[in-house]
Amino acid sequence: MSTHALTPDGRGYFGAYGGRFIPEALVAAVEQVADEYEKAKADPAFGAELAALLKDYTGRPSPLTDVHRFSAEAGGARILLKREDLNHTGSHKINNVLGQALLTRRMGKTRLIAETGAGQHGVATATAAALFGMDCTIYMGEVDTQRQALNVARMRMLGAEVVPVTSGSRTLKDAINEAFRDWVANVDSTHYLFGTVAGPHPFPMMVREFHRVIGIEARAQVLDRTGALPDAVVACVGGGSNAMGIFYDFIPDAGVRLIGIEAAGEGVDTPRHAATLTKGDPGVLHGSRTYVLQDEDGQTIESHSISAGLDYPGVGPEHAYLKDSGRAEYRPCTDDAAMQALRLLSRTEGIIPAIESSHALAGALELGRELGPDATILVNLSGRGDKDMHTAAEYFGLLDGETK
Amino acid sequence: MNTQLSGVLAAAKAEDRAALIGYLPAGFPTIDGAAQAVQALIDGGADAVEIGLPHSDPVLDGPTIQTADDIALRNGVRTRDVLETVRQVTAANPTVPVLVMTYWNPVDRYGAARFAADLAAAGGAGCILPDLPVEEAGPWLAAAEELGLATVFVVAPSSRDQRLATITASGTGFVYAAAVMGVTGSRNQVGEMAEDLVRRTRATTDLPVCVGLGVSTAAQAAEVAAFADGVIVGSAFVQRILDAASPEAGYAAVRELAAELAEGVRKR
Ligand SMILES: Cc1ncc(COP(=O)(O)O)c(C=O)c1O
Repeated sequence: MSTHALTPDGRGYFGAYGGRFIPEALVAAVEQVADEYEKAKADPAFGAELAALLKDYTGRPSPLTDVHRFSAEAGGARILLKREDLNHTGSHKINNVLGQALLTRRMGKTRLIAETGAGQHGVATATAAALFGMDCTIYMGEVDTQRQALNVARMRMLGAEVVPVTSGSRTLKDAINEAFRDWVANVDSTHYLFGTVAGPHPFPMMVREFHRVIGIEARAQVLDRTGALPDAVVACVGGGSNAMGIFYDFIPDAGVRLIGIEAAGEGVDTPRHAATLTKGDPGVLHGSRTYVLQDEDGQTIESHSISAGLDYPGVGPEHAYLKDSGRAEYRPCTDDAAMQALRLLSRTEGIIPAIESSHALAGALELGRELGPDATILVNLSGRGDKDMHTAAEYFGLLDGETK
Repeated sequence: MNTQLSGVLAAAKAEDRAALIGYLPAGFPTIDGAAQAVQALIDGGADAVEIGLPHSDPVLDGPTIQTADDIALRNGVRTRDVLETVRQVTAANPTVPVLVMTYWNPVDRYGAARFAADLAAAGGAGCILPDLPVEEAGPWLAAAEELGLATVFVVAPSSRDQRLATITASGTGFVYAAAVMGVTGSRNQVGEMAEDLVRRTRATTDLPVCVGLGVSTAAQAAEVAAFADGVIVGSAFVQRILDAASPEAGYAAVRELAAELAEGVRKR
């Protein structure tokens, strides 16, 4: 689409969204990240080192899997899964983390901090810290430390300090607040390894670029497998990084629908959801102008989702831009629809997806029934579900009568 | 440019002392009690006050002010209540400049021009918006300037000289120099980085430079007053109210601390 601005402007704006709404104490650090990223991008040694890590450490390229039995439940549409769940550490998050960790080393910083919701970004960051010999502190809402306890243990096993955040809604939003507070106080030694395509410029652009590999690989794999582009690309949207990563290289392909699936929690007509693009309004949260779930006075409304990784009342600014321009569509998916999709993929294909990714699967089931058997739908399977077995066991009563 | 604010800061300078600027959030300890708490600041000797507009996501605040914001929001404080608190304080103290300090989203949501107009109508002297950098401040600055409201920008120890010049060229009233790298909250040590920052800031502007973040005692106020035009204290006042057995005891404690600090800023 020729009208789509493929990069933000000099001030970090995608149309009306983005920018840099940060305290003065962080301006120098954020500018340093932007400068170093531009230098690294132009440095073949950086590209080569990252490519080698993605191949030999992460295990890229990730496969593309035809899921025939699952497709039968989706109106017969052909569903192809981009298997980010098979990356080392179990989700797409590692793509961005390795890029920013290399950048951190270039900047001469020795400590990584990060927020995490589902714990996947925290695990990936703790992993990179171990690999590069850096100190690591992960902020995680107290609610999320409980529902994603396996990942808390993984992070600690990797040597990271995990700080449960007890302010506000005790979820991802508040973990980000706490990470910003740490960064302001320790900016000389510390890089804030932001985990999604939100935050102040250059994070939305930079994190997208580190995840573009998903879409670049998938586009070639689908063409190779089917001889054509898919009819639609579907991904879940929390902050929006796995979705931007797989969407981006399809943006110029006008015939390919781009569909982001947001967490509708108990329903978008209840107060308990995280459907920011469906129900929010433009505002400023965590450093950029974007859609925000907020009240009449600009106070953030607490979000709710069974999925810790989608339980966020903001969203990356490029998604806000894609929504307004009409190039992408955003649909809500309830907790229950996601959990049913999780069970369905497990039982039809032997693949247990993350609850986050299960939202995308539920979206694909709905879309497949709309489009019919001739359609091809590419789904970003952003992560695996090991971390979610506690929630799933409770939801489906899998451990009834046994020790919980 | 706000003549009331400039006048008060100039008067302190003429007395060869630093000004004392006190902060408390609106809606705290109660919506109706906030004006009394701010009155206690003024009665104790604050030359100017900042009234906080509480926010759900106070990323620049430490635990003390987070707690107060939380209480205020649970009390149901609305933006219109904040403006009403400003109106009550300015009505009772026509010579004391009253600034609003808050994050950008509540102002953006209210409408920058509408907020500026309502703040001016309530007798407010200006705004401090610490997450609104100069680059994003255009629409607000235009609205504020037309109404004679000051826009106080924050500078930090990490600000480079050239950036200091850009910031101070856009600001009015005074420059808020953050004494330390970090969030709000009392600290044992202030000063070291602040003195250098004040010196570098002064090299770029004739605006008064006031120092905040971390100051909680009269001795610290005196230390800062030795090199700054004003001393800004917030968390220490909030803590007095949090620690008090009753709102009235809290106001008395605020008055007492303000009086001590007012002495401090006169001992440069
Ligand atoms: C597996 C998985 N998918 C998706 C997300 C949501 O993040 P984003 O929207 O940035 O891809 C998370 C976040 O924790 C995740 O762990």
